[in-house]
Amino acid sequence: MGQTILLTLQLAVITTAVLLIVGTPLAWWLARSPAWWKEAVATVVALPLVLPPTVLGFYLLLLFGPSGPGGRIAEWFGAKTLAFTFEGLVIGSVIYSMPFVVQPIRNAFEAFGQRPLEVAATLGATPIDTFFTVALPLARPGFLTGAVLGFAHTVGEFGVVLMIGGNIPGETKVLSIAIFDYVETLQWGKAHLLAGGMLVFSFIVILTMMTVEKRLGRAA
Amino acid sequence: MVGEGITARFEGSLGQFRLAVSFQAPNHGITGLFGPSGCGKTSVLRCMAGLNRVRGYLCIGNDVWQDENHFRPVHQRPIGYVFQEASLFAHLSVRSNLTYGQRRAMKRGGSNSVPFEEVVELLGLSSLLDRESAHLSGGERQRVAIGRALLSQPRLLLMDEPLAALDRFSKEEILPYLERLRDTLDIPVFYVSHDIAEVERLADNLVLMSAGAIQAMGPLGELLSSPDLPLARMPEAAMVLDGVVDRFDPVYGLTEVRLKVGQLLVSGNSGKPGSPRRVKVVATDVSLGRHPPVDTSILNSLPARVRAFEFNGPHQVTVFIALGENGEGDSLLARISHKSWDTLGLQPGDLVHARIKAVTLAEPRRH
Repeated sequence: MGQTILLTLQLAVITTAVLLIVGTPLAWWLARSPAWWKEAVATVVALPLVLPPTVLGFYLLLLFGPSGPGGRIAEWFGAKTLAFTFEGLVIGSVIYSMPFVVQPIRNAFEAFGQRPLEVAATLGATPIDTFFTVALPLARPGFLTGAVLGFAHTVGEFGVVLMIGGNIPGETKVLSIAIFDYVETLQWGKAHLLAGGMLVFSFIVILTMMTVEKRLGRAA
Repeated sequence: MVGEGITARFEGSLGQFRLAVSFQAPNHGITGLFGPSGCGKTSVLRCMAGLNRVRGYLCIGNDVWQDENHFRPVHQRPIGYVFQEASLFAHLSVRSNLTYGQRRAMKRGGSNSVPFEEVVELLGLSSLLDRESAHLSGGERQRVAIGRALLSQPRLLLMDEPLAALDRFSKEEILPYLERLRDTLDIPVFYVSHDIAEVERLADNLVLMSAGAIQAMGPLGELLSSPDLPLARMPEAAMVLDGVVDRFDPVYGLTEVRLKVGQLLVSGNSGKPGSPRRVKVVATDVSLGRHPPVDTSILNSLPARVRAFEFNGPHQVTVFIALGENGEGDSLLARISHKSWDTLGLQPGDLVHARIKAVTLAEPRRH
């Protein structure tokens, strides 16, 4: 059980980190670009919000399998497939949790408008300087929300993991799958422990987020 | 195209708006950009800053910032820009806001010709330094924004209606600071405003705009007193005269201000002898007579020549006069009734005596 919890946290931490690195420039582009097709990109990012996880998992499975592009990528590492691996799980989670991270960051970038960036430019700051010293600090509440939602959402995912990860202890067996397993095998006590733990965890996460957000909002 | 002045030409569309302007301005003093709302004043300023890009040419001194082939990006232009809303960085303290541009100017090897202490002194910021920018009043925020722009060591200060978003009280609080700024710093300023009173108080030169084009440009006094421009037709038409304090009469509490020709008595002690003063005379406060007045309470009566006149509606006449027996002095406007005009039977070239009922003073100029 300890191994499962550790693996879940590992998955969530790595996924959140990847999402912040990939999602920040994407959110910036969505917030600032004048491109007419950016809303199409935003829609693709938002798809996991409405798609059944099994649909996403099904396509990811095809993508990751030995005959899909994922399989060819996996060959570079000397593996046959990305499916049923931890790496595959990370990629799946990143896609699955993407909207929960990108959307709040994009909103935060849009909220402060063009003005602070113009001010920074007139004060001699280069665009990159402006991004790090003005845009990022002003969007802090959005980053907090995005990181917490992305983390929590990854911890709680089930359908996608089931489709592409399977149930390999130490490799792809995460909490939500373990709970399902315990229930299936009538180990109610262990299921209670994990389910109750998740409940408390989620409650604390959301409560902390709201409190911190309120404080950040006051400071700004 | 090399010179000491500022040469600008902008041509192009910004959204629905069409801009076609070309002007020169001196590389010192305050140049007012004046015109009705929506005439393109702000667009001109934004083009000068590089915040908007249209085809054109911009040369400051002998530094070309924009021509057919080059467009220097905003962050490489040594400008200070004050927006209508203070737009302080919400995540930074007042002190960090102030030094944001200064630190970058220093890193680029700029000279610290506008030191921190001087700006803090000039704008009265010392008590605000350690406050959060969110907790300042509107006037305080705008003062910090002006200081922030100055500290970025600009060679050109662009101010876009910096007082328009403020209430009357905060405006009066900031205006003296702007006057001190004009009189102590040697940075050319472009000042956008739709409030003629602000322009009269601050500007040395004026660029008059209307519907995306330049209507006139030149020294403030010339434009205010031009019969060809709408300024003299405004109900609040006035002239500003730049004079020098001669002496203060403590018995009557009056200051003698010497003009190019003649002098004016102004109530109150308005500075040391020799210090420059700007006085404002509203057209409706000037009456005309054929003869010097006798037995009158009016303190200021000066001989002048009639230059021109213009009917201002059916019942009023605006008379353009030049002070001095031979009209060699400053221009003034007199708004008189149609009846008085006919009774006096004045013609251009006639000698008149201008009786000035009220003279208002701007804040003391410091030099």
